[in-house]
Amino acid sequence: MSELPGDLLYTSEHEWLRKEEDGSITVGITEYAQAQLGDLVYIELPEVGAEVDEGGEMAVVESVKAASDVYAPVSGTVVEVNTALVDDPEKVNSDPYGEGWMVRLEPSGEGTGEAMDPDAYQELLDELES
Amino acid sequence: MTGDATGQQGIRVREPLIFEKSRPGRRATAQAPAAAAEHALPAAFLRDDTPVLPEVSELQVVRHFTRLSQQNFSIDTHFYPLGSCTMKYNPRACNTLAMLPGFLDRHPLAPAEFGQGFLACMYELQEMLKAVTGMKAVSLTPMAGAQGEFAGVAMIRAYHAARGEAHRNEIIVPDAAHGTNPATATMCGCVVKELPTRDDGDVDLDALRRAVGPNTAGIMLTNPSTLGVFERHIREVAATVHDAGGLLYYDGANLNAILGKVLPGDMGFDVIHMNLHKTFSTPHGGGGPGSGAVGVGQRLAPFLPVPVVGREERDGKPFYRWLTEEDLPQTIGPLSAFMGNAGVLLRAYVYMRMLGREGMRRVAEFATLNANYLAKRLAEEGFTLAFPERRASHEFIVTLKREAKTVGLTAMDLAKALLDRGFHAPTTYFPLLVPECLLIEPTETETRETLDRFVDAMVAIAREAESDIERVKAAPRSTPVRRLDDVQAARRLDLAWRAPPAG
Amino acid sequence: MPFIPHTGDDVAAMLATIGVPDIDTLFDEIPRDLRVDGIPGVPEALSEMEIARLMHERAAQDAGMLSFLGAGAYAHHVPAVVWEIATRGEFYSAYTPYQAEASQGTLQTIYEYQSMMTALTGLDVSNASLYDGASALAEAALMAVRANRSVDSTRVLLAAGVNPRYRQVAQAIAGHQGLTFERLPLDAAHGVTDLDGLDEGGEPPVAVVVQQPSFFGTLEPMDALTDWAHRRGALVIAVVNPTSLAILKPPGAWGQKGADIACGEGQPLGIPLSSGGPYFGFMTCRQALVRQMPGRIVGRTTDVDGTPGYTLTLQAREQHIRRSKATSNICTNQGLMVTAATIYLSLVGAEGLARVASTSVARTRELAAMLTAVPGVRRRFDGPHFHEITLELDRPVAPVLSGLARAGILGGLDLSRTFPELGNALLVCATETKTEGDLRRYAEALAEAMRT
Repeated sequence: MSELPGDLLYTSEHEWLRKEEDGSITVGITEYAQAQLGDLVYIELPEVGAEVDEGGEMAVVESVKAASDVYAPVSGTVVEVNTALVDDPEKVNSDPYGEGWMVRLEPSGEGTGEAMDPDAYQELLDELES
Repeated sequence: MTGDATGQQGIRVREPLIFEKSRPGRRATAQAPAAAAEHALPAAFLRDDTPVLPEVSELQVVRHFTRLSQQNFSIDTHFYPLGSCTMKYNPRACNTLAMLPGFLDRHPLAPAEFGQGFLACMYELQEMLKAVTGMKAVSLTPMAGAQGEFAGVAMIRAYHAARGEAHRNEIIVPDAAHGTNPATATMCGCVVKELPTRDDGDVDLDALRRAVGPNTAGIMLTNPSTLGVFERHIREVAATVHDAGGLLYYDGANLNAILGKVLPGDMGFDVIHMNLHKTFSTPHGGGGPGSGAVGVGQRLAPFLPVPVVGREERDGKPFYRWLTEEDLPQTIGPLSAFMGNAGVLLRAYVYMRMLGREGMRRVAEFATLNANYLAKRLAEEGFTLAFPERRASHEFIVTLKREAKTVGLTAMDLAKALLDRGFHAPTTYFPLLVPECLLIEPTETETRETLDRFVDAMVAIAREAESDIERVKAAPRSTPVRRLDDVQAARRLDLAWRAPPAG
Repeated sequence: MPFIPHTGDDVAAMLATIGVPDIDTLFDEIPRDLRVDGIPGVPEALSEMEIARLMHERAAQDAGMLSFLGAGAYAHHVPAVVWEIATRGEFYSAYTPYQAEASQGTLQTIYEYQSMMTALTGLDVSNASLYDGASALAEAALMAVRANRSVDSTRVLLAAGVNPRYRQVAQAIAGHQGLTFERLPLDAAHGVTDLDGLDEGGEPPVAVVVQQPSFFGTLEPMDALTDWAHRRGALVIAVVNPTSLAILKPPGAWGQKGADIACGEGQPLGIPLSSGGPYFGFMTCRQALVRQMPGRIVGRTTDVDGTPGYTLTLQAREQHIRRSKATSNICTNQGLMVTAATIYLSLVGAEGLARVASTSVARTRELAAMLTAVPGVRRRFDGPHFHEITLELDRPVAPVLSGLARAGILGGLDLSRTFPELGNALLVCATETKTEGDLRRYAEALAEAMRT
């Protein structure tokens, strides 16, 4: 498994989040998650302006053999979605931490929920591998 | 190739779409009125185009669909050990006798006086299904297993509501269950609570005790389970759920394994659906029609879906009639426009009458004998059983976890390689909790020679994987198409043929 | 042992391999006291000869009536080819085509079926079937709630001409998820939806269901109804008879934007009446709604060599993957019926289907003319009808139907209990299968029954 980007935080649901300079939070799924799902064929994104609750369903990713919810890592408002994924869901497979980003949130509170740093997430992955 | 190979190669042709054979003005002239009578309907209601349907001759139709049929694996042509699906021989008499003109031409709304022959069959079928399940009443109307499940959970909901406990909306479902179980609970407006399975295949009783509570509506169980083993603590499960005020739902997908040996009613179940297209050998038809008749204990009888066939005396003779909402005012309602899949029910009736009392028990005995024999032989040849310490029911699970790690042979690879050797693949990747699994159900109608040849094929593929995994991964080669690009199918949807633009 | 091939030697050898003394030992994980010895409630076995005798007798018992019943199930000519081919073992005894490479026959047939149904309904995509017309409407209503995100409601409005049984079934199935079904007002003179009675206020409906031809056999003003429903923010669900679509305007062309979902009973397409089933429900919709559609869908793709082939697609909507969040719990559908319908539509084509439709309309018109010539019988509704017509008698319907039955005729469906507001109403149907002699026989018997 490749190196985890050091500037991101991670959740136990295999999502990543990045705090942007304007205070918003960008969310996507991890390399591990995309590999588990396989080639993605469809992504259902929330509408801009939608309110989401921490731990609530925010998006859905589908491969041929699986469908999985993407949960909001923090509560807030959706301020931008990656509409390029609608026609090109494979971007999540090819570049999960870059072009495969999914949603940008304006958090309603402080902090980043239960998210963990790269080392803690790496430990979780190591456990799953064993 | 083994002796079971089909000769598919010799007639392997790419069959174009029927639309591609179409020529303007060609018709199967014998099949419609010689001249269209004047309908005289106002133009505002009419379509201004002609729907694009093929224009072909009768022989072209016969040849096209005959050729297409030859591109299928089926029970009539191949061993089809698809776990959980009970692909046993579908006796031809069942089809022939259900398609007698007197049955086919009867309109569903014809009064009961003009359907006594049909209704007598339905009534007797209800009685026989009560006998083999240990239930008190049966409705034949659900049109497939999933609709039977829906009827069952809807009855459980109605029962609680009638007792002033409409808040009971939690349905407990083991993690190994068929996907229809949780999907059904949702359709009935319930919440699903998933129950873990122990390493030995039984339900985790401690987890069950924690899961039940004042909101428990019931539990949905398959027994023998989808893991191919009998739930040994079924009594404790029943007591735990009943004590909490919930009811027990029996998913009859695996009824074939216990037919005539143990009755779901005796195990403590309150409601059961039967897949007549599995246990009672009505055809699978390439995906249906099925039939999901439901049986219930006394408590749920008032809530059965309508119609049900009733019997009364008229002039000293039995008279059969439909019981409707008026007879069963607490019914969960009708689930179909008429009475369900009547023709499927006739086939099940003929099958049960031909097997008779003794035949019921033999179904379970020989299905179990074949499964345990096949499991033992595969284990001796080095395959890993998921539950080696347990008796197989009518099916069992082989896991390729080791082969996948060592040589890269996955369940998918093995399934596709079996096709080249003249066998339909077992069920793959279900239940989800066993990695790289094959769920294998031979059924009682297969000979020992067929089972032995299947073992030979499995062994040959495993050997080939050790020496040349790429060759296995290139399978199948002998089918009309090779591995299909499912990702492309889902990303670039092509769901209907469209006439190419003229010019 | 019917259908069990084991010899005594087989059993002995297999038990030895397993390492158990007898078959009974294989059941030793079932608690001893739960096991039963025999099933007395099942009769002794019959040979094929014996059961054939019984079934022939019972089938003959039900035969011989001249039927003018319709009301959702229609007697049409079924070409011999349809069931000769559909019951070939390769179609009849195959399973759901999950292993695509081993199921191209079934898969290509379904793809052809989907193409035909989209052509007939004028919509973009079709699924591979649902159970029947009534349950298809329940699924369509649930689908509309998922798809129509602009309206936060579970209120579904039904035209008065929607088959009343369909409404009951939709309520029984979709009611569990909070959907409510309300009837729109009927124009009692014409037997169609009362356009003036449509409200423009109140809670906006999530979907409006309209049926063409209506349950009464009349033709609804679909352009106006569709546009009204869309104005109110609802999705339009069309319940249609597939035979009628050979000549009637398809749902996709109704009003400004067309209906959103079409569904209905597939039985008229080569499926025998058979006491009510198995039939099949069909469903088509606009492309944009495809991910909310329930049931299986077949797509065309290519294999590793680039050869075109067919496979189940969009499976992430379905219960075996999505479990409690699936679009429906449906698994088994009515596959073999779809195979039969595809063969039927290939045989008759657009021209043949139009002849079937037109001839049925004409026969019903002729029948109505003959029957209304009988004193005490009149048409209940003005305006055009398809292949059914509602009559009104000057006396209760049930005794008249009994009189007809004594003459060997099933004279139609008594509507007076379901629709008391229509009076002594009788729904009659004639298709292309009825000859002029059949119609005359009915008219004479009715005259006789009305005399007594």
